[in-house]
Amino acid sequence: MKPRTFAAFVGPSMFLMLLFIAAPLISVLSQSFYVTQSVFETVEVEVCTPGFLTQTCEIEQRTQPILDDDGNQVVNTEFVGWTSYRNVLRMGDAWDALSSFDWSKFQQIDFWKALRFTLTFTLITLPLAIGLGLLLAITVNNVTQALKGQIIFISLLPFIITPVIGALSIRWLFIGDGIMTALLEWWLQRDIAMFAQAWTIEVLMLFYRVWHVGPFAFVVFYAGLQTVNNDTLESAIIDGASRFERLRYVIIPHLMPLIVFVALIHLMDSYRVFEEIVGFASQAHVISLQWLTYDFLTPDEAGNRSVSRASASAMLTMVGIVILLIPLLRKTWKDHRSAH
Amino acid sequence: MSVPKALQTPLNLRLASSAFIVVWCLIAAFPIFWITVMSIKVPIDAFAANPFSVIFGPRTVAEGKGLSIPDIVVGVVVLYFFGRFCVRNLPKLVKRHSPFGLIALGWLASALAAGVAFALTFAIILPNVMSVVNGALGVFGNPVLGFTPEHYLAVWVDNQFYRNFINSLIVTTGVVTVSLTVGTLAGYGLARAGSNIAFWILIAALIFRSLPHSVLVAGYLPVFINSAEILSPILGENAPTLYGQPLAVIAVLVSINQPFTIWMLRSFFQNIPAELDEAARVDGCTHFQAFRWVIMPVMWPGVITTGLFSFLLAYNDFLVTSLLLDAQNQTMVPAIAGYFNRETTTTDQVEAVAAAVSITAPLFLLVMVFQRQIVSGLTAGAVKG
Repeated sequence: MKPRTFAAFVGPSMFLMLLFIAAPLISVLSQSFYVTQSVFETVEVEVCTPGFLTQTCEIEQRTQPILDDDGNQVVNTEFVGWTSYRNVLRMGDAWDALSSFDWSKFQQIDFWKALRFTLTFTLITLPLAIGLGLLLAITVNNVTQALKGQIIFISLLPFIITPVIGALSIRWLFIGDGIMTALLEWWLQRDIAMFAQAWTIEVLMLFYRVWHVGPFAFVVFYAGLQTVNNDTLESAIIDGASRFERLRYVIIPHLMPLIVFVALIHLMDSYRVFEEIVGFASQAHVISLQWLTYDFLTPDEAGNRSVSRASASAMLTMVGIVILLIPLLRKTWKDHRSAH
Repeated sequence: MSVPKALQTPLNLRLASSAFIVVWCLIAAFPIFWITVMSIKVPIDAFAANPFSVIFGPRTVAEGKGLSIPDIVVGVVVLYFFGRFCVRNLPKLVKRHSPFGLIALGWLASALAAGVAFALTFAIILPNVMSVVNGALGVFGNPVLGFTPEHYLAVWVDNQFYRNFINSLIVTTGVVTVSLTVGTLAGYGLARAGSNIAFWILIAALIFRSLPHSVLVAGYLPVFINSAEILSPILGENAPTLYGQPLAVIAVLVSINQPFTIWMLRSFFQNIPAELDEAARVDGCTHFQAFRWVIMPVMWPGVITTGLFSFLLAYNDFLVTSLLLDAQNQTMVPAIAGYFNRETTTTDQVEAVAAAVSITAPLFLLVMVFQRQIVSGLTAGAVKG
């Protein structure tokens, strides 16, 4: 294919990606070094309150935004260097807390709290989701061919459901004295409030994510199991391999590329954990990196969005993604070089 | 089919596996089933601690809102025949009556007609007929199972959820059409190029795919809010404010989805033998003619599958739509946040549940109709690597 034709085919897609993915990245980077604020001025105002005989008047100082001729607030953008990053990271406080071994104080800083949750969330759900997917694929493959359509249908439901709604639907089972909480209370014979402390919410979030991603792993692994070489399996049996050994030495190695694929997709997606925070309304207890940026971007009571700090936290989130991707990119690059 | 004895599964393992599958199916379906049950009960029943009062809804029945045994029997029978008609007769009707080449349009029209017929039967005809029947039956006509559509009415009619539905419709239609048009061309080009540039584009797309969406939104937001000022030197007076515009959100979602789309479509196009377009080229077609006349007729399964995933992304999105759309143009998923953030009364909560079920219902239908395509889409990316 000639370069010109290739460019014509790929052009529109490239244009969109450059305009809406690459360009915003650059603008985020530059925004994180600048702060845009309304310009304020201090004016002296005489305030009078009615009193007996004479009015009581006093002069007080008031800070108010400067308005231009159209009545809009005058804004001023200035270069602040690493200040926004410092505001997000709060290295000083974090270091103080760490050097005094005060974990709970360390976890009061939003960024570190979010980072801690995002990382534990990613690392705990990864083996659970892959394990659930493998177990499902193997059992469905072993037991039944007749009902597999129905089983896949039911399994796909948690996967395609809108993440916020999925999280909500699980939250509603536990909220207040919801039936699952009632069941747990009856079983443990004690009073339980699932949404009063951080760790129970986190357990629910982990459960939700495994419930949501497990089906994806299941479908991928199930498709992989259909291509296992039966001759290899039979010769393994003739060599006296037990069921577990066949699983360990024939089936798992066959599925390995798929396991790596699912793991990568899962790493990327669970590092972006966000919808759980909204669905479980857990921002008072548990937050994630992506939620932190989202929160900076949402207007506060005064209607201001802290774009600079959002950009700083977005760039810090990016650093994590890059670290996550480096091994993958190196491997792809090696494969590519050896292929040519 | 005979399986060698050594490959057969021993009975206890079979039992354990079956039990595991049953438990999984229960866990997978339970939350969705449960919110559906909750949404048709009065608040006291919906949030009751006893599961049986959630299912049977004694308070709902006591308020006279419920289904009697004849109601349930007739409802199930009508539903069964309706479903059977849709599965067996509808495809034939569509094939016979849709004009040549416009079969997709025929499907769309028939789906719409089926939806209207369903709504008419279950919302207007059946309730009226059954109220007469129940009256005639006396004691047997008394309600036994709590059922009230009041929360759905409140959500869709009083709170104007249909506006959000229309917005969702606009955004998803736009995203699916644009992203498929652009993505198909790019996917085809990448599948047939085999050059170094194609490899680097795919790698860049992989990196773009992994970016958290909030990072990108942080880039859009200030620009979109001030776009009228920024664009005015070029467009003059009628420079638009992009913030709150569904069109801007469509462009954003299409771009965010583009990396995934081109990866998936590329793997589908690689499955179409290159000999096919080479033959066309030998006969004197240009690349574009080969694409139009040889590839386009055979590419639809892959395109439909990719379209499904684009639809899911646009439909399920919360982050981008909630930050870039104003309240007036809000889609369904962010709009529901308005309910559960309010949470002043339990009625509000049950209305949120009803809204959640309303959002889930189209997805449920989607899996029912397109299960095979979704599965093939999930595995296509994986098997090709």
